Amino acid sequence: MVPEPEFTSYYGRPVVKPAPWGDDVAAYLFLGGVAAGSALLGLGGQLTGRPTLRRNARLSSLTAVGFGAVALVRDLGRPERFLNMLRTLKLTSPMSVGSWILSAFSIGTSVTAVAEIDRLSGTRLPLGPLRTLLQAVEGPAGFEAALFAGPLAAYTAVLLGDTATPTWNAAHEELPFVFVSSAALASAGLAMITTPVHEAGPARNLAMLGVVGDVVATRVMEHRMDPITAEPLHQGKAGAMLKWSERLAIAGGLGTLLGGRHRVVAAASGVSLLAASALTRFGVFEAGLASARDPRYTIEPQKNRLAARRAAGITGDSITTAS
Amino acid sequence: MGQLSGPTDPAADAHWEHQQQRKGFFTDTSICIGCKACEVACKEWNHNPQDGNLELLGSSYDNTGALGASTWRHVAFVEQGQERITEARKSGRALVSLGMPRIGPPATAATVDLAEADTTPPDTADFRWLMSSDVCKHCTHAGCLDVCPTGALFRTEFGTVVVQDDVCNGCGTCVAGCPFGVIERRSDGTVKVASKREEQHAEHPTVPNVGIAQKCTLCYDRLVADETPACAKACPTTSIKFGDHDAMVETARERVADLHSKGLTEARLYGANELDGVGGTGSVFLLLDEPEVYGLPPDPRVPTADLPQMYRRAGMAVAGMVAAAALAFLGGKA
Ligand code: SF4
Ligand code: SF4
Ligand code: SF4
Repeated sequence: MVPEPEFTSYYGRPVVKPAPWGDDVAAYLFLGGVAAGSALLGLGGQLTGRPTLRRNARLSSLTAVGFGAVALVRDLGRPERFLNMLRTLKLTSPMSVGSWILSAFSIGTSVTAVAEIDRLSGTRLPLGPLRTLLQAVEGPAGFEAALFAGPLAAYTAVLLGDTATPTWNAAHEELPFVFVSSAALASAGLAMITTPVHEAGPARNLAMLGVVGDVVATRVMEHRMDPITAEPLHQGKAGAMLKWSERLAIAGGLGTLLGGRHRVVAAASGVSLLAASALTRFGVFEAGLASARDPRYTIEPQKNRLAARRAAGITGDSITTAS
Repeated sequence: MGQLSGPTDPAADAHWEHQQQRKGFFTDTSICIGCKACEVACKEWNHNPQDGNLELLGSSYDNTGALGASTWRHVAFVEQGQERITEARKSGRALVSLGMPRIGPPATAATVDLAEADTTPPDTADFRWLMSSDVCKHCTHAGCLDVCPTGALFRTEFGTVVVQDDVCNGCGTCVAGCPFGVIERRSDGTVKVASKREEQHAEHPTVPNVGIAQKCTLCYDRLVADETPACAKACPTTSIKFGDHDAMVETARERVADLHSKGLTEARLYGANELDGVGGTGSVFLLLDEPEVYGLPPDPRVPTADLPQMYRRAGMAVAGMVAAAALAFLGGKA
């Protein structure tokens, strides 16, 4: 439809710059998702009287969010200034909104996890009179963490989408669905590893829902994206990771469906699901960086969309003008 | 939250009480001689450390490479033969015949009939050397500024975009947010020096602002003192012009009309249209070929323009996740 003139660039150098983010940030995408899903499982356990699921999910949530936050801070150019993230709330900045979500989530999740640790230690934490307070706020804190869990799982998709990085930007419509699904299946997988099968029923349900969501959302995303900007999702390291991510997600989902009531099969499926989620995050992350490094992914789609608009008679919105 | 896209006065949008005219550059690449005085003046004034390793890049006379944390002016060199020149004239003429709606008063010389124009290149028929001094665009809707979480990036009273070095924590979000690949996080900056120059460079000054985002400030420190930015001041050919943004756009329009009337249909403006994807740029350019030839994006769009839609989609995804969790607990056993 759109005539494609041969692609020119300035000595093959990139037009946009890739985010200076290392694997720490990709790891955070994964850990944040695990923490978010675990908080939802924790609240479910709290409300439906599944004490083991509740305890394990809360502890998993705190562990994941703790390591995630450390990874985020480590990746900063000036880690000692990490608190500057909270010096303002800026709605135009998904990183700012996300920092507040992460902080709010961490409060609730920490309270619930400390309550669990206190119980595990036979109320031996040196809490003094604070124990009564802790026990009083424990329930509401579970709700509070769950309230921010969804946003914690989804905002990272907006963070990547709201960039000039071609593949991330082009994925912005579906990426939130991919990321929440990935968070659901990963946290469910972790619960299937940590929790005996008789209490892990909801985790198995969530795992299967997550797998379906993940596979469908990823396929829809790749299908709806501009075909050129979708290329990095299928090539090289990123392509391999995303292919294996889908395989492992399906394997984990099938394992859950067919053998989830066997402790060993459940745990193996859980491992498979966690790996699938990590590969999704690292794959999407890596594909975006690759798309920024190659000028083709910036220039060709932009030329095509400009030509398409002109062909449709829209000529007033180009950055290049004759006058 | 200010306006996310479309025409606006950026300083007013950032709630400055209006006292200053918006300032900007007009870089007329048709008269640039590639002397790099602008690059040097910028480095000197802003105390920017050495970039790279003093290597030859094999890209004509450009051994700087690209804009970056320590390079805020970058002169591009492009060598072209006859075929490419012809193409540039064709694409330029196509732009003219698109009949884009004019913004502001029509320039007087723009009505010449270009079909009749003599298109023989004035100097060399079969070769030309394009030189263009690139710089931060100081976008009307700046992706870098929008996505910065700390507020380190801010809009000045001159409508420009500046990093506050003592606030930035080096999160790097702005780097991905810029559609022009301008802003960059300064890495350790410890320059590896070619061995022969070891002694000469043994006492490198310590690199300032390591780990934080750096880019052109449009010499904010000079503007507040009513001075011209260093690059514009140093440019011997007036290829870099500095002034009120409106005046710069007007000058650019006159210049491109003038070149067209001389048959140079390859001339075109970049960034002068406030209806484009970034609401127009503070730094306007006159180019002699398609933008991508110079390493500029052909149709940049500030990512934040789509942010409301992104938040809506994320909201739907959150609802889906919560519903899935509820269903997992309520919906029978697995
Ligand atoms: S060109 Fe890039 S760095 Fe400069 S103002 Fe625009 S978005 Fe920011
Ligand atoms: S690196 Fe600095 S200027 Fe850039 S977005 Fe982060 S805090 Fe803002
Ligand atoms: S100082 Fe002026 S003439 Fe020299 S390279 Fe820079 S823009 Fe071109």
